[in-house]
Amino acid sequence: MSAADYCPNTQAEIREMLAAIGVNSVEELFGPIPQALRAKSFDLPEGMSEFELLQRLAELAGKNAQKLSSFIGGGYYDHLIPAVVDHLASRAEFYTAYTPYQPECSQGTLQGLYEYQTAICRLTGMAVANASLYDGGTALAEAAMMALRITGRNRLVIDGGISPFSRQIVKTYLANLAVEFVEIDQQQGVTDRVALLAALTDQTAAILVQNPNFFGSLDDLSDIAEEAHGKGALLIASVYPIALGLVQSPASMGADIVVGDGQSLGNPLSFGGPSFGFIATRKEYIRNLPGRIIGETVDKTGRRGFVLTLQAREQHIKRHKATSNICSNQSLCALRGVIFLSSLGKDGLVELARLNYDKSEYAKEKLGAIKGVAVLNIAATFNEFTLALPQDAAALVEKLLQQGIAAGVPLGSYYQELAHCLVVTVTEKRSREEIDALATAMEVALWN
Amino acid sequence: MELIYEKSMAGRRGVRLPASDVPQARALPPNLQRSEPAQLPELSELDVVRHFTNLSRRNFSVDTNFYPLGSCTMKYNAKVLENAAGLFAHAHPMIPLLPGGEKLAQGGLAMLHDLAGLLAEITGMDEVTTQPLAGAHGEMTGIMLVAAYYKAKGNRKKYVIVPDSSHGTNPASAAMVGYEIVTIPTAPYGDMDLEAFKQAMNGEVAAVMMTCPNTLGLFNPHIKEICDIAHSHDALMYYDGANLNAILGKVRPGDVGFDVIHVNLHKTFGTPHGGGGPGSGPVGVKKALIPFLPLPRISKDSAGGFALLQENPQSIGRVANFFGNFGVMVKAYAYIIMLGREGLIKVSEQAVLNANYVMAQLKDYYDLPYDQSCMHECVFSASRQLKQGVHAIDIAKYLIDQGYHPPTVYFPLIVKEAIMIEPTETESKETLDAFIAVMREAAELAEKDPAALLQAPVTMPVTRLDETKAAREQNVCYARW
Repeated sequence: MSAADYCPNTQAEIREMLAAIGVNSVEELFGPIPQALRAKSFDLPEGMSEFELLQRLAELAGKNAQKLSSFIGGGYYDHLIPAVVDHLASRAEFYTAYTPYQPECSQGTLQGLYEYQTAICRLTGMAVANASLYDGGTALAEAAMMALRITGRNRLVIDGGISPFSRQIVKTYLANLAVEFVEIDQQQGVTDRVALLAALTDQTAAILVQNPNFFGSLDDLSDIAEEAHGKGALLIASVYPIALGLVQSPASMGADIVVGDGQSLGNPLSFGGPSFGFIATRKEYIRNLPGRIIGETVDKTGRRGFVLTLQAREQHIKRHKATSNICSNQSLCALRGVIFLSSLGKDGLVELARLNYDKSEYAKEKLGAIKGVAVLNIAATFNEFTLALPQDAAALVEKLLQQGIAAGVPLGSYYQELAHCLVVTVTEKRSREEIDALATAMEVALWN
Repeated sequence: MELIYEKSMAGRRGVRLPASDVPQARALPPNLQRSEPAQLPELSELDVVRHFTNLSRRNFSVDTNFYPLGSCTMKYNAKVLENAAGLFAHAHPMIPLLPGGEKLAQGGLAMLHDLAGLLAEITGMDEVTTQPLAGAHGEMTGIMLVAAYYKAKGNRKKYVIVPDSSHGTNPASAAMVGYEIVTIPTAPYGDMDLEAFKQAMNGEVAAVMMTCPNTLGLFNPHIKEICDIAHSHDALMYYDGANLNAILGKVRPGDVGFDVIHVNLHKTFGTPHGGGGPGSGPVGVKKALIPFLPLPRISKDSAGGFALLQENPQSIGRVANFFGNFGVMVKAYAYIIMLGREGLIKVSEQAVLNANYVMAQLKDYYDLPYDQSCMHECVFSASRQLKQGVHAIDIAKYLIDQGYHPPTVYFPLIVKEAIMIEPTETESKETLDAFIAVMREAAELAEKDPAALLQAPVTMPVTRLDETKAAREQNVCYARW
């Protein structure tokens, strides 16, 4: 079989085109490139047909574990994806289009993203949202930079309950700027409030928290918001969108900038991407938002239409003075998000959140009842919780992995003092049977 | 078209969830409980399907229209790539991070490792990180690597040089890493003015960011000299890979002297753009910069197994949660191994042929400010048409009425009334001829009946939109329910 080739011109057409250009060969068109600069090597395999390709990739994909009973989260969650999400996002008019620079022939993308922005505002309770960022971690970093711009200050207070990956991203983003960090340790899976508030000064640009945090704990952030505002600082909250079906919105807790990862809204795990990051804020900060924003307007005849708006913030206009360097975002993933939320609907999201919460509570009780095992969280949790084990959590996880159970994320790699702790995630996809099996396997592994 | 929120009917339900198989848990404490559910629309599944299907029909796309959007490389996205990505949809990214988990994720790790190797060979670099999530994210990562490299040498330096024809992301990315930007004007031959560049160079310049071929579609004849001059001042050369589509198998930036490069997988390597993303922006570096690459990195052991390297004190840290936009990378990997060596060389040859053909057929109709053999795209100016009151945007809107997505207009910024055409290699002469005919028609209309162009488009769901009103009113979220 021969290799795939998506170049349609025939030899006869190529000859005609060369004649029209006035050259004798295609190679002549590369004349401006000096011979001395030509590629020294281009050692790539021969091509193949699409049939051979799929065979080969199926073989490769088969080297990933196929059937794990998974209780791992860590920022990426195994949720149901309604069939309509794949089908509608597979409309080529959506996925083979570019950024909607020409609004008249891009109303599909533009209206879809306006509806997405609206969904994010309604979930978080905030007034404005952009058309997506890369992922939850980079969205948190962009929010931090936004707070530095808004306040003109250079200190950040970062809660240790934020995902270690997201904290690392924030630090990497800000490493070259004159920004000071204070990182607050957590205690028993919740923010050390005394330390957090003690770190807050009139030089603090923002307090960064995650709710629920990496340990699964939920927190009422209202008092933190109040204290922050009293010092002229902002509260940035990273949230888990599915939890917002049950949990008080970050806006009503007083958050000023809300971010999160949209993977759980209809995007497959796909070994970590693509998903999308969302960012929402108060109306008065709209000009400080990074990235694309879709706005409603009218055409010359008064019909409603949608355009990219407030573009004077962006790199293609402002260059080095832009609010961010972001250009491509994660449009299609954000579109999946709004399709997901629309197909579940108002009551569906509440039910979904409830399923997660109920199953997680069931598992918490089951696992917490195992001899020597205790639940670390003193606060309420949503669909993740942390267990304190009588032994090293990594060893237990390794043992259970061999039995086809991914029991959770051991914390030792991220919090040295918590090597005996394990974060367990229970989404709606885990059955009672699987939870019971986990409890049995854990008990056996710990005590036999 | 009505918004999805306007179609909502209280009490209507869409997708059903499984019934619970566990007891109902005690409610959350009142201060944590949501007081009122989020006002999401209430619709049947068919309502949702019809809404988004009809929305999709309000888009131009590669699958429905010729889309010669310069600098964006809107080539055909092979359908099989979508199937390829689906094979990996269920893999959780935390698996290889668990103790004993690497061996359960060998497929994903192998793909990442192999793709990095292929990209290194294609670009002539020593190692590649796949973590950056888009082209601009790759640029920022690349400049962070530059900063880390110089910081380790004792002085992170102050400036980054960009030509005035560069993508806006170049200066924006360097600014995010705390560098001051020095912009060099374009010389009459269509690329960064060599003399001005020499004068701007000094020991405080950390990097020079170049796109080659540049945004005018021209290959810089002085590129080697620019690399040499930069290196003689101990500055690094950054290659913006947005236009790599033009030179596959012809030139490798690493051979020319570039030290850091990002690649836009959604341009050169045929992955779809998704209406603005997801992209993917792997970054390649020369040996000296490898220690600073983000973590985790993937290594291959002597037995052919893949492992994660998670600790390295010199690393810049992490720029994304996990390994990058993995699903996009599967597609790019599939594209590369499917086309193979010969196929990739043909990509560039046919892309360059198509662009030169369009240029040759239109240069009597539109001003060509830099009249020389182009690479994968050509940049015209509508300045001749402007004399009749017709702007580049008017020609763009006329094209929409004729069923063509317009070329990029008003970029690069250095060309007045720019019209930047990138046909890509996947279009046939037949398609190009039809487009050329319409472009000529537009030029003739500009002479004879300019008013006809100013009204366009008239065949779309909306006519030209009031952007000022949008910016003033800032209605970015539907408020009523």
